[in-house]
Amino acid sequence: MGGYSLNEEYVLRMENIRKEYFGNLVLKGINLKIKPGEIHALLGENGAGKSTLMNILFGMPVIHSTGGFQGEVLLNEEVINIKSPKDAMELGIGMVHQEFMLIPGFTVSENIKINREITNSTIISKVFGKNLKKLDFKTMNKDARKALDTIGIGIDELTYVSSLPVGYMQFVEIAREIDKSSMKVLVFDEPTAVLTESEAETLMNTMKVLANKGIGIIFITHRLDEVMLVADNITILRDGEYVNTLKKSETNVIELAELMVGRKLEIIQKTDDDIEEHREKILEIQNFNVDMPGERIKGINLDVLKGEILGLGGLAGQGKIGIANGVMGLYPSDGEVIFQGNALKLNNPKEALESGLAFVSEDRRGVGLLLDSSIELNIAVTAMEVKNKFLKYFGFIKFEDSKEIRAYAEKMIKALDIRCTGPTQTTKSLSGGNQQKVCIARALALSPSILFVSEPTRGIDIGAKKLVLDTLVNLNRETGMTIVITSSELAELRSICHRIAIITEGKVAGILKPQDKDANFGLLMSGLEIPREQGVD
Amino acid sequence: MNKGNFMGTAKEYIFNNMVTILFVILCLVGLSLSGQPISLVLNELVIRIARNSFLVLALIIPVIAGMGLNFGIVIGAMAAQIIIIAVTHWGIVGVPGFLLCVVLTTPLAVIFGYFTGKLLNKTKGQEMITSMILGFFANGLYQLLFLFLIGTLIPMNNPVLMISGGVGIKNTVDLTGGIKYALDNIFNRSLYYVVYNMALIALVICIALIIYSVIKKKKNLKGLIIKAIISLVVFVGCQINSVAILLNYVGVPIVTMLVIAALCVFNILIFKTKLGQDFRTVGQNPVVANASGINVDKTRIKAIVISTVLAAWGQLIFLQNIGTLNTYGSHEQVGMFAIAAILIGGATVSKATNKQAILGVILFHTLFIVSPTAGKNLFNNAQIGEYFRVFVAYGVICVSLVLYAWKDYVKAKEKITL
Amino acid sequence: MKEKIKTFIGKVGLPRIIIAVFFILLCVLAIPLNLSVPMLVSDILVRFGMNGILVLAMVPAILCGIGLNFGLPIGILAGILGGLISIELNLSGGLGFFVGTLIGIPIAILFGYLYGQLLNKVKGSEMMIATYAGFSAISLMCIGWLLLPFKSSEIRWPIGQGLRTTITLEGRFAKILDNFWAFNIGGVRIPTGMLLLFFIGCVIVWLFSKSKTGIMMAAEGSNPKFAIASSIPVDRMRIIGTILSTVLGSIGIMVYSQSYGFIQLYQAPMMMGFAAVAAILIGGASTTKAKISHVIIGTFLFQGLLTVGLPVINQMIKESNLSEVIRIIVSNGIIIYALTKAKGGAAHE
Repeated sequence: MGGYSLNEEYVLRMENIRKEYFGNLVLKGINLKIKPGEIHALLGENGAGKSTLMNILFGMPVIHSTGGFQGEVLLNEEVINIKSPKDAMELGIGMVHQEFMLIPGFTVSENIKINREITNSTIISKVFGKNLKKLDFKTMNKDARKALDTIGIGIDELTYVSSLPVGYMQFVEIAREIDKSSMKVLVFDEPTAVLTESEAETLMNTMKVLANKGIGIIFITHRLDEVMLVADNITILRDGEYVNTLKKSETNVIELAELMVGRKLEIIQKTDDDIEEHREKILEIQNFNVDMPGERIKGINLDVLKGEILGLGGLAGQGKIGIANGVMGLYPSDGEVIFQGNALKLNNPKEALESGLAFVSEDRRGVGLLLDSSIELNIAVTAMEVKNKFLKYFGFIKFEDSKEIRAYAEKMIKALDIRCTGPTQTTKSLSGGNQQKVCIARALALSPSILFVSEPTRGIDIGAKKLVLDTLVNLNRETGMTIVITSSELAELRSICHRIAIITEGKVAGILKPQDKDANFGLLMSGLEIPREQGVD
Repeated sequence: MNKGNFMGTAKEYIFNNMVTILFVILCLVGLSLSGQPISLVLNELVIRIARNSFLVLALIIPVIAGMGLNFGIVIGAMAAQIIIIAVTHWGIVGVPGFLLCVVLTTPLAVIFGYFTGKLLNKTKGQEMITSMILGFFANGLYQLLFLFLIGTLIPMNNPVLMISGGVGIKNTVDLTGGIKYALDNIFNRSLYYVVYNMALIALVICIALIIYSVIKKKKNLKGLIIKAIISLVVFVGCQINSVAILLNYVGVPIVTMLVIAALCVFNILIFKTKLGQDFRTVGQNPVVANASGINVDKTRIKAIVISTVLAAWGQLIFLQNIGTLNTYGSHEQVGMFAIAAILIGGATVSKATNKQAILGVILFHTLFIVSPTAGKNLFNNAQIGEYFRVFVAYGVICVSLVLYAWKDYVKAKEKITL
Repeated sequence: MKEKIKTFIGKVGLPRIIIAVFFILLCVLAIPLNLSVPMLVSDILVRFGMNGILVLAMVPAILCGIGLNFGLPIGILAGILGGLISIELNLSGGLGFFVGTLIGIPIAILFGYLYGQLLNKVKGSEMMIATYAGFSAISLMCIGWLLLPFKSSEIRWPIGQGLRTTITLEGRFAKILDNFWAFNIGGVRIPTGMLLLFFIGCVIVWLFSKSKTGIMMAAEGSNPKFAIASSIPVDRMRIIGTILSTVLGSIGIMVYSQSYGFIQLYQAPMMMGFAAVAAILIGGASTTKAKISHVIIGTFLFQGLLTVGLPVINQMIKESNLSEVIRIIVSNGIIIYALTKAKGGAAHE
C-alpha cells in the first residue's frame, strides 16, 4: 500500500476484513483507509466484494445473521462496533443507495425527514403519548433548505418528489444523509448509473463540495473515467481479495482496468479454434433495443456465428441480460433480428421458440422452473406446448404421453448427470446446479438451433459450476450447437467461449477473444475505448 | 389551443370522478321519479347523515395507512352492540347510559382492533378480503355468544331481553327508554335555525377577517370576499318564505352533528402528528418506511385499532338514533354500506378524505330514500326499487374495486415499458 | 416422535386437524345420544353428493391462477336459468333434469367468459372482485327475477309480479338422481345416481388435467412468468379455467337443487361460493394448489360436520340453531387460515 503518511489521522479504517458466507470466503482480508475530505474510489467487477464490504460497514442484518465478520473498523482511530444501520447512522456513516428510498407523494422536505420528523409537544401528546406530537413543518423545512444548500442544489424543499426529474432524486437522498447527525463518511454506490452526463457532472461537483467540508467519501463505480476525474485515491478489489490502493496521480485507466480484471485463467476452449473466417452467421441482430428494467439495450449490432460459443459479458445493469430476453420476446424490443436468413418476429416468445431458439433464463426459480412440479414435467412442458411433443391423440383431444415423458426425462437425467431421486422428484428440492441442468434439459427438448443461457452458474457452488460449464462445452463440441452464454463472471466466459462481446451502457463496447489483454476487458467494461497501441496479443 | 386543453382537463375530471358523477345523476333521476316532496326527503336525509357519517369517517385512516377499505369495521360495531346489551340489561338509561356505553366499548374495541390488525399483518396484499371474511367469522362468534353462551356459561336473567327458553338474547332489543335518542335529543333544532345561525356567524367572521386583512395590508382578499358573499346569500336566502318553511320542517340533532364535525377535525389533526405522518409513510411505501426505521406492522395495527374504536362509537350513534337493536343483524350491512358510501363520494382504495365521506353519505342515502318509490312509479313495483338500492351498494363496490385494480395493473405494466 | 408430529401439524394445518377431530367427536357422541347412525350416514352421503360438484368447481379456478372462486354464484345463476327454462318447457323427470343442465351450460360458458375477461384485468385482486362480482350479479338478478317473462304457474307468483322465491321441483325432477339406482345397505340409503354423477365429474376434471390444455393451464397457474417464457397464453388459460369453474357451478346447482327438491332464487345463492371455498380448503387445498382428493375429503368433512352437528347439538342444547353458527365459524375460519398461508394473493406479476 503506497501513498499514505503514517502520521495523518484517518476518518475511517477497515483493517483486514474477512467474511465468510456458508463456508465460502467472500472477503479475504480487505484494507481500506479514508482520510477526512478524501474522495476514495472503490473499484471492482461484480462479485469482487464491494457490496459485502459496504454491508459490513453499515451493520446490515445479512452480515450478522450469517456469522458476522473478522477484522476491525475504526472511526477516527477508535474501534467501532456497528450492529445495525441505525448504529452506522448515529456514528455519522451514511450511504446513498442505488435504488432510491424516496416517497414520490411526499415533499422533498418530508422525504429528507422520514422517521426523523421534528415535533413539538402538545397537551394531547403529554397525555396520550409522544406519537401524537405535532409536526413542526417550519423547522423541518428550514433544515431541509440548509441541507440542500450545503450540497449546492437549487431544489425547492416544498416540491413533491414525484415532480422531480430522476437525476435530482439522487440529490434528495444525499441531502437526507447530510441532514442526519454530523456526517463523517458518505458512501456513494454507483451514483451516476441513472444520470445523464450533465447530471453526473453536477453530482461529482457535489462530491467535491462535500469532500471540501471534511467528509470522507467512498465512491463505488465502474466508470474509470469518472474515477480519474474525481477520486484522490483508488482501492481495487478482485474476487474478494485486496489488490492494491493507488493514488490517482500515479496511475491511469489502463492500469486500473488491468488490475480490475487480471487473474489466472483456466481456458477449456481449444485455443486453435479460430473461427471467424470459416463460419457463417446464424443470427444477425441489428439496431436492436430492449426495454428490460435495469438491463436496457440501446441499439446494438451483433452477429452470432454458427457453431460457436459466444459470450456476452459486462457489468451488472449494463444490458447484457437484456439481449437474450429481448430476442426471446420476454421484454419489449424493437429493431431487426435475422435468424438463419429469415426475419424473426419480435416480442413473440412463440415465434422465437418455434423458429428454433431456446432460452435458459437467469431467473432460474422465477422464470425457469415450475418449482412444485416434477423433473419430468419441467423438462417436457415447453416442448409440449411449442412443438406438440410428448402427446398422444384421442380423437381431437391431446393427452400427455406419460411413458414418453418418463423415458425422455430419464435419458436427460443420465446425459446431463442430474443428481436426483428420480424423474418424479419436485424440482424445488434439487440443488441449484441440478435445477440448472433441468432447465437446460427443457431447452434441449425443443431441439433448438441456438441455445441462449443466462448466468448459468449463478448461485451454484464451485464444484457444480464446472459441471454445468462442461455440459455446455460438450454440447457444443459433440452436436455443434450454437450457444450464446451471458454471464457476469468474466473468467467463466474466458474459459469456454470462442468470442466475448462486452456490453456496456446498453451497447456492444467491443468483441474480444478470451486470450486478449486483461486491461482490454476492463477498459471495455468501464465504457472506455481500447487505445490503438494495445491491440490483441 | 385553450379549448383543446379544456376538453382534456374536462375529460380527465370526468374519468377520475366517474362514480360520483354517475351517482349525482342517479339521485336526481331518482328524486324526480319518486315524486316525494323535498321536505320529506330532506328530513330523512338529515337524519341519515347524522346517523351514518361517523361510521363512514372511521374508514379514512386505514385507507391512508395503505390497508385499503376496512371491512372490519363490522367488528367494531359488534363491540358496541355487546356493550349496549350489557348497559340496557343493567338499566342505565339516557345520556349517562350512552356515555357509559362509550366508556365501556372503547377498551373492547381496542382489543378487537388489535387482533384484527395482527391478522391483517399476516395477509399483506389481501387485507380487504381478509377483513371481510374476518367480519363473517366474528359474526359467527358473536352469534355463539348471544345465542348460546348468555344464560348458560354467562349467567343472566332478564326476561325482557332474553328468549323465553332462558338461553340467548332476543332478536330485537328495543332501546326506547334506554339510550334511544340519548345523543340526538340533547340539543335539537330545526334546519332553519342551523342554517340561519351558521350563515350569520360565517358572515361575521368573514367581515372581521376582511377588516383584519385590510389593516394588516395583506393581499389575498379574493377568497374571503367570495366566502362573505356566499354567507350573505345563504343568510338572506334562507329567510325567503318557501325556503324558510322547508328548512323549518327539518330537524337537526345538533350535538350529534358536532360530534361528527369533531371526528372530521380529528381526521385532519391526526395527520399533523408524528403518528399520522407514519400512517402516510407506511401507506405510500412500506419498504421505504421500513428502511427508514418505522415499525410498519405496529403502525398498521394502530391504524386498525383507531378505526375499530371509531366504528364502535359510530355504531353507538347509529343505534341510539334507530332506537332498535337488531341483535343478529344490525351490524351485518354496516361495513358494506359505509364502504359503498365512501366510494360513491369519490374515495378509492388508496385515497379518502372527509369531504368524500360526507358527500358519499349524502348521495348514497338520497338514493336509498328515493329508490323504493321511484321503483314503484317506474315499474309499479316498490320491491324493484329496494333490490335496486342493494344492487347499487354491491355494484359500486365492485366497480370501484375493478377500476382501482385495473388502474393499478395498467400502472405496473407502464412501469415496465418506461 | 415429537418432531414428526410437529411437521405433520405444520403440513396439514392446525385448523384442519381441529375440524377433523371435532367431526369425529360429534360422530362418537351420536351413539350415546341414541341417534340413528344409519340415518346419519344416509344424510351425510346425500349432502356429500349434493355439494360435490359445486366444490369441484373450485379446482379449475385455483389451478388456472385466479385463486378461490368466490364468484361461484355467477355459474349458479346460469344453472338456475337452465333449470327454470326446463320447467317453462314443461319437461320433467330425467329429461327435465338433463335438458335443464344442458341449457345451463352454454349460458355458463358465456357468463364464465365475461367473468374471466374481468378477472384478467385485475390480476392480483381476483378474490375481492370475484366476491363482489358475485354479489352484484345476484343482486342484479333479484331485479331480473321480478321482471323476466317466465309464464309457468309453478315459477310465477300466483298474484303480483315476479317469480317465486322457492320453486318446488316435486313432480318435475326432484330427487331424480338420488333415486336413480339407489339401494339400501344395512339401513343406509345410497343415492347412487347423484354419487355417480359426482364421480363422473371428478373423472372428467381429472382427464382434463392430463390433457395438453389442462397441463398448460396448471403450469400457467403455478408460475405465470414461466408460462410466458414457454409461450403458454396466460390470459387464455385463465379464461378457460374460469369458464370451466363457472360451468361446473351451473351443473353443480342443478345437482344440488334436484336433491334439495327446490330451486332457490333471489338472495339464497349469495353465500354458496363461500361454502364451496371452505369445503375445498378443509380438504387440504390452498389458494394456489388444488387436487381432486381435496374436493372429496373436504366436501365429506365439511358436509359431514354440518349434517352430524345439527342433530347431535340439538340433543344436547334444546332448540338451537347452533349448527348454523358452527357453519359460519368453521367455514370462515378455514378461509382466514388459508389467506394467512397465501403469499401476496392469487396471481403473481
